[in-house]
Amino acid sequence: MEENNSNQIIITVTGKDKVGIVSAVSKCLAKNLVNIEDIKQTIMQDNFVMIMLCSIEKMTVSFKEFKDNLLDLGEELGMEIWIQKKDIFDKMHTI
Amino acid sequence: MSSFNQKQILETIEMIKIHHLDIRTTTLSLSLRDCMSQDTKKTAVKIYDKIVKYAKNFVSLANEIENEYSIPIVNKRIALTPVSLVGESCDNCDYVYIAKMIDKAASEVGVDFVGGFSALVDKGFTNGDLRFFEQIPEALALTKKLCSSVNLGTSKSGVNMDGVLKTADVIKKTAILTKDSDSIGAAKFVCFCNAVTDNPFMAGAFCGVNEAECALNIGVSGPGVVSSAIYDLSPEADFGQVSNLIKKMAFKITVAGEFVGRKLAKKMNIPFGVIDLSLAPTPLKGDSVAEIFKAMGLEQAGAHGTTMALAMLNDAVKKGGIMASSYVGGLSGAFIPVSEDAGMIEAAEIGSLTIDKLEAMTSVCSVGLDMIAIPGDTPNSTIAGMIADEMAIGMINKKTTAVRIIPVIGKNVGDKAEFGGLLGYAPIMKVNPYSSLDFVKRGGRVPAPIHSMNN
Repeated sequence: MEENNSNQIIITVTGKDKVGIVSAVSKCLAKNLVNIEDIKQTIMQDNFVMIMLCSIEKMTVSFKEFKDNLLDLGEELGMEIWIQKKDIFDKMHTI
Repeated sequence: MSSFNQKQILETIEMIKIHHLDIRTTTLSLSLRDCMSQDTKKTAVKIYDKIVKYAKNFVSLANEIENEYSIPIVNKRIALTPVSLVGESCDNCDYVYIAKMIDKAASEVGVDFVGGFSALVDKGFTNGDLRFFEQIPEALALTKKLCSSVNLGTSKSGVNMDGVLKTADVIKKTAILTKDSDSIGAAKFVCFCNAVTDNPFMAGAFCGVNEAECALNIGVSGPGVVSSAIYDLSPEADFGQVSNLIKKMAFKITVAGEFVGRKLAKKMNIPFGVIDLSLAPTPLKGDSVAEIFKAMGLEQAGAHGTTMALAMLNDAVKKGGIMASSYVGGLSGAFIPVSEDAGMIEAAEIGSLTIDKLEAMTSVCSVGLDMIAIPGDTPNSTIAGMIADEMAIGMINKKTTAVRIIPVIGKNVGDKAEFGGLLGYAPIMKVNPYSSLDFVKRGGRVPAPIHSMNN
């Protein structure tokens, strides 16, 4: 497991596809110095699903503030956004 | 190089969002052995100060973890050394005063409940225990967050039948004192056979005298996750496949619980204690143990076959959970409270689930007759009979059993009791009308059972 694991977060964006989702989310991340390390994006049953792996090592605001910003953005875009530290997924699904 | 598995992430979010996966409780176990004195007020102040000192950041740190992982931590609780022991050396101990101070401390630190207003009388009473028993009803009526429990028997020493009778009186008195709110005081009281010392669940949580200074114990949840997984299986899947699936889900639920618990314990700078592998339901739709029985193929909870379904569920949860955690403890089994489980409420309302069937079910799961509302005019001796039966199941089967029963004053079969929040509501259930009086009033102690020739 990576040493910087606790600095990695998973951002999951789901909802109806439209122009500008990736751009709006990326802009919010860049503003807070959150680095995108990996992105997977698909359309599942007409729904836009994007999962981003990001590093918050150099993030300029508190986790709570960043999360609140992103949740507000989700509301503006009409998309559901989840922000979670990544280590819980590594634990839950591997023996 | 780091990566992630899209399927696992979406599955986790679905478990939390749709199937109500959460951490049901984080319970700070706190020893009060250093709070004893000869003066009630002095002891109460020591207890108050200790709770505030250890728990002042508890809720805010739990909220922080909840935010970081987007997994709800539903309850933050505290479990104390049995207060009967802590207050016993006080001259004419005023346990009600101590109860009020504990309640005040609980409000100060913002926790949901505090357990440990408890006594261990499985082999008999001390003078302090007798005094304590008398004050339980008033203590429960005058506090909001305090929970009380008593241990009445063990497999090693038998059952204190004087205690059973006194406990029935405590339940009834508490119900009467809180009759204006559907006798809710009785929902904050539970009696045990083979009580465990590290249980994080209320009303029975206390910090055993053998426990460390403090620790964080975790109770997980997740009946909704299990039932939805079983619904997704083919109806032809055999019991081996069903059991295996439950084990896998229990593994995931337990890992999430232990992970969150360890993170929180670290932040609070206290040791992680145990994880309690119990599937605890809530009144929310889908968050139900009864729903698991339906998913397995029973039309309703209580139908013939329910005891087997519960036995298998309980066993599979333990097998999956034990693999996932280094320290398992507490009650660890499926809970079958009536009022806290929408599916159980429905089954009780339509008459599929009776007290007799519930009693049978308690022989294969934790914990016992839980959150069952009965007519307010049920004789104390009948309540004592119900407790005695449940103690017998625990004593003989070497397991924990409990009774949390609410005689709802002024209500009868056909009525409903509303407790609110996680406690839910319950239809008043019918009890056996024939008398247990001459039996329970014999008193004394039922001798410890033989531990060989197990048939």
